Amino acid sequence: MTTEAKVEYFRWPESRWTAPDNDWTKASIITGGVDVGSVSSQGVIMADGELFAYGSMRTGSDSPNSALNAMNWALDGTGMKLEDIKYTVGTGYGRVNVPFAQRSITEIACHGRGANYLYGPSVRTLLDMGGQDCKIIKCDERGKVETFLMNDKCAAGTGRGMEVMAELLRVPIQDIGRLSFEVDEEPPPVSSTCVIFAKAEATGLLESGWSVNRVLAAYCRAMAHRVNELISRIDVVKDFAITGGIAKNEGVVKRLEKEMGIEALSPDFDTQIAGAVGAALFAKALVEKG
Amino acid sequence: MLANYGYKDGSGEYFITIDTEKCNGCGECVEPCPEHCFEIGPDENDPLRDESVASVIPDQRKKLKYACMPCKPVEGEVTLPCEEACQPRAISHSWYHS
Amino acid sequence: MITAGIDMGSATIKAVILNDGKIVGRSMIETGKEKEELAQQALDEALEKAKLSKGDVEHIGVTGVGYKRIPFADKQTTIVGADAKGALWLYPSVRTVVDVGAEEGRAIKCAPDGKVVDFMINEKCAAGAGTFTEAMSRAIEVNLEEFAKLSLESTKSIPLNAQCAVFAESEVVGLIHAKTSKADISRAVHDAIAARLASMTRTVGLEKDVLLIGGVARNVGLVDSLTRDFGTEVTIPEDPEFVGALGAALVAAE
Repeated sequence: MTTEAKVEYFRWPESRWTAPDNDWTKASIITGGVDVGSVSSQGVIMADGELFAYGSMRTGSDSPNSALNAMNWALDGTGMKLEDIKYTVGTGYGRVNVPFAQRSITEIACHGRGANYLYGPSVRTLLDMGGQDCKIIKCDERGKVETFLMNDKCAAGTGRGMEVMAELLRVPIQDIGRLSFEVDEEPPPVSSTCVIFAKAEATGLLESGWSVNRVLAAYCRAMAHRVNELISRIDVVKDFAITGGIAKNEGVVKRLEKEMGIEALSPDFDTQIAGAVGAALFAKALVEKG
Repeated sequence: MLANYGYKDGSGEYFITIDTEKCNGCGECVEPCPEHCFEIGPDENDPLRDESVASVIPDQRKKLKYACMPCKPVEGEVTLPCEEACQPRAISHSWYHS
Repeated sequence: MITAGIDMGSATIKAVILNDGKIVGRSMIETGKEKEELAQQALDEALEKAKLSKGDVEHIGVTGVGYKRIPFADKQTTIVGADAKGALWLYPSVRTVVDVGAEEGRAIKCAPDGKVVDFMINEKCAAGAGTFTEAMSRAIEVNLEEFAKLSLESTKSIPLNAQCAVFAESEVVGLIHAKTSKADISRAVHDAIAARLASMTRTVGLEKDVLLIGGVARNVGLVDSLTRDFGTEVTIPEDPEFVGALGAALVAAE
């Protein structure tokens, strides 16, 4: 980690949203979901099972206040207070650090539910790539998980892998996708799977005259290929959707779609909120269960 | 649910799959594993279901390649104690030699 | 007969000159893009130290990653074969060789005649090789030699949850912020990689005598952790990096 001016190339910009014309005081069940991740955290509020507000911010899961900060960010400007939320479920890497949650539920379960709500009941195969993991989930029309596979041991194929490259090449993460296509021709993929070896390989490519864009293209191509290898372990069924930060990186998404031969559904929301949305929906189910 | 525990890294892919539809929570897989990889409890990925099922313990999930080495010689026939012990055939390994 | 052995390692290239069973010259240089030229350079340097010239060498053996791409060598050996050969020549009682390089960790079981009985390689993952300890020492801003020594000063064992060098780096930085001592961190790092190597070694069969070779054998922290995990003494040769090249030179003399 450099100690120069902390230019955080590797963190997605923060986002916030409140549903227009939604009078939460009329709702009977208000629930919350908090997804505490390694790089970012999300707070989501549902009113009677409909998305009311969300906030996605940069935090580390090692901060004890990540969960509260994310939820306050979601509440910001809504007039609602934490006390108005009947039941909160925590999820994600730091789900044990959500003191105001009544329950914690795994990210696998929450992402299935969340994707089903955000993308619709046609989703059957879901890829989620967070800061430190990669999940592949198959779900039914209710968002219930039928198959899952989670890789959180190896940095390759996780957001962290992309962050390392963003830092090396000094490119903000939101620009990587676009720049990776501004090349004369698609280069061969980086050959190393391991992020550390890939970083050394990328350094060598730069030294041999490759442009930053070309290295980005080679790396995105390699990442898409690795992820496809993992997805190929399960029987992919349409519709296919992507959540997590990676869904915003068209450099990987487009190349992955090409390898899979399937187009992913297009999101019109911040794809990093899927886990927290699922958590808030589970909260509602648990309230109704009594 | 097909629960795939494990990982993929530069050296290969290592997954233990537990079919929770077949698993009856009997716990016969727990003792025979020399590395204590299994435990029985509520399905953490199906929070609205009450029945207990087997899962790979969190501490072993990221070390599966090494955890399973004692049962997987470099060459020769392999019979895995966990697969043998499971009557409903709910457990399967994705790899046999590293 | 004079033979030469070249080991194309992932971080360094080693060359050894053997004259009728005696090591008369050796050299080690950093590797780079021009593999063939650098291999020649390493060989030339070793010859200079031996006060010999290219013409004096009857056969050149080569081993290591990419060993098939050195056209001027006339005998090729796999690194596992070369390690076993070199190890047994130095210590005839050795039955298990653990070779830890920059990018690969290897466990090799040998027969008394130097043949390889079984082997296991941990490749393409930094967590199983020297790169792991290097990355961790950088993360806590201590040079590698100092980092290794710190391990011996540890007063307690702490767990390292991450199994990946990249994630371990974040975890270690977190431990520093939580005021964990550098000595305890160092031990945790060395114990972690030792556990991986020990697991591989037990799979091929841990049998005395055990020889530890490769650059990482100079890491006193790793040696300590490995000795504890094995529960048996580990022998380290005087120049642990050169055993592969030595083996290649021996094969060239056959």
